[in-house]
Amino acid sequence: MSIDRDQNSLQHTHPQVKMAQDELKLLGAWASSFVIRVRMMLEEKGLSYEYIEQDVFNKSELLLKHNPVHKKVPVLIHGDHDICESLVILQYIDEKWSGTGPPFLPIDPYDRAIARFWAVYIDDKLLSSFIGILKAATEEAKAEKIADTHAALEQLEGSFKKCSAGKAFFGGDSIGYLDVTLGSLLGWIKTAERISGAKLLDEAKVPLLVDWAKRFLALDCAKKTIPTVERIEKYARELQATRWKVSTAN
Amino acid sequence: MATSNGPVLLDFWVSPFGQRVRIAMAEKGIEYEYKEEDLFNKSELLLNSNPVHKKVPVLIHDGKTICESLIIMEYVDEVWSGKVKLLPSDSYQRAQARFWADFSSKVYECGTRVWKLKGEKQEAAKKEMIEMLKLFEAELGNKTYFGGDTFGFVDTALIPFTSWFYTYETFGNFSIKEVTPKIGAWAKRCMERESVAKALYEPNKVYEFVCFLKKYYGIE
Repeated sequence: MSIDRDQNSLQHTHPQVKMAQDELKLLGAWASSFVIRVRMMLEEKGLSYEYIEQDVFNKSELLLKHNPVHKKVPVLIHGDHDICESLVILQYIDEKWSGTGPPFLPIDPYDRAIARFWAVYIDDKLLSSFIGILKAATEEAKAEKIADTHAALEQLEGSFKKCSAGKAFFGGDSIGYLDVTLGSLLGWIKTAERISGAKLLDEAKVPLLVDWAKRFLALDCAKKTIPTVERIEKYARELQATRWKVSTAN
Repeated sequence: MATSNGPVLLDFWVSPFGQRVRIAMAEKGIEYEYKEEDLFNKSELLLNSNPVHKKVPVLIHDGKTICESLIIMEYVDEVWSGKVKLLPSDSYQRAQARFWADFSSKVYECGTRVWKLKGEKQEAAKKEMIEMLKLFEAELGNKTYFGGDTFGFVDTALIPFTSWFYTYETFGNFSIKEVTPKIGAWAKRCMERESVAKALYEPNKVYEFVCFLKKYYGIE
């Protein structure tokens, strides 16, 4: 499961579905989970798009033009429209191409509210916790973030049980909004495990999520978009040394 | 009067997040039971209804609980899909509305730093606040509301924070109104709506509350 291509611009054409559509472009960064989840969804929906790799530490005119408010990736450019913020983009794609494949968000308003709730939780609580492990300056801080990550994953274990209702994915028989939101983080979660030595996706604590992760990572959309743990680890260690000022002594 | 089977809103009088929901419900003409929660002594009902965050607002409807103000707003918009729609029907317009509504929550986070902090950190928060509001001004442009001609999702999401401006200005010793006059004018227009006027409190009351919070938390 790797995308080790470093071209700046990559034309993706999906062989299955070629629909008349305005040009789709995605401004992204290979390591960004937020970008990965959008790519997963575009892949699932069989949508063609031009991928344009961005240097997030040296922002291009293009990025600043299409996301002037936050200056971040991902940005989905659809014709002359810019859509920013990964969860907003996912919902846009789901609504715009609602006829293609099963819906990513549930149909029932309450189930949709639940899906939205956990997606926000994943980004606010889980992501900040395991990135915090990598950023921790002391062993104490690291232990705290590891505990936070465990707590967040245990919440999500419960949410998986409820949302999946015994089926393979959060979305049921096929993947949905929560599957890609959480699935896009798996590369980084495994990297945090490797660098810290801590088991995060622990089958003793979150058995359902561990099984779900195995199933998810076997999917095409995951294999095609999630970088190798080796590549992320190298990148994370660079960030630790240069930007996060964390000692990388193992 | 809402029946015991109707929706119930767990809320706290001055919570701008709760006010978003109150305004949304009023705009859509939904009857509901309002339950004031004591956030300094949280009830079993609140803790059971929102075990993850233990926060208000929480909407209880048909035996189910919905948490997080923007999520409640979307739920309400979908379930009571009558004449008044908070979100537009066009997918791109909806994406824009979600983007700006989400961004509006950062006003509160930034504002909290303005009244809690001092020195460099406070200065940074003040600068950030003005930059954010200027972005909102640019987005509003010459429209009556963020929704265009009709009061909508973004208007509902942002308007409660305007009653906190006086508090931020006073603790931060800076003017928000002078540098973002269009936001001031838009806020005035919104306050003419019954839904908004009934939900929001006078800026002085908000200021008094924050003074109480500072004492309570022992913040200078």
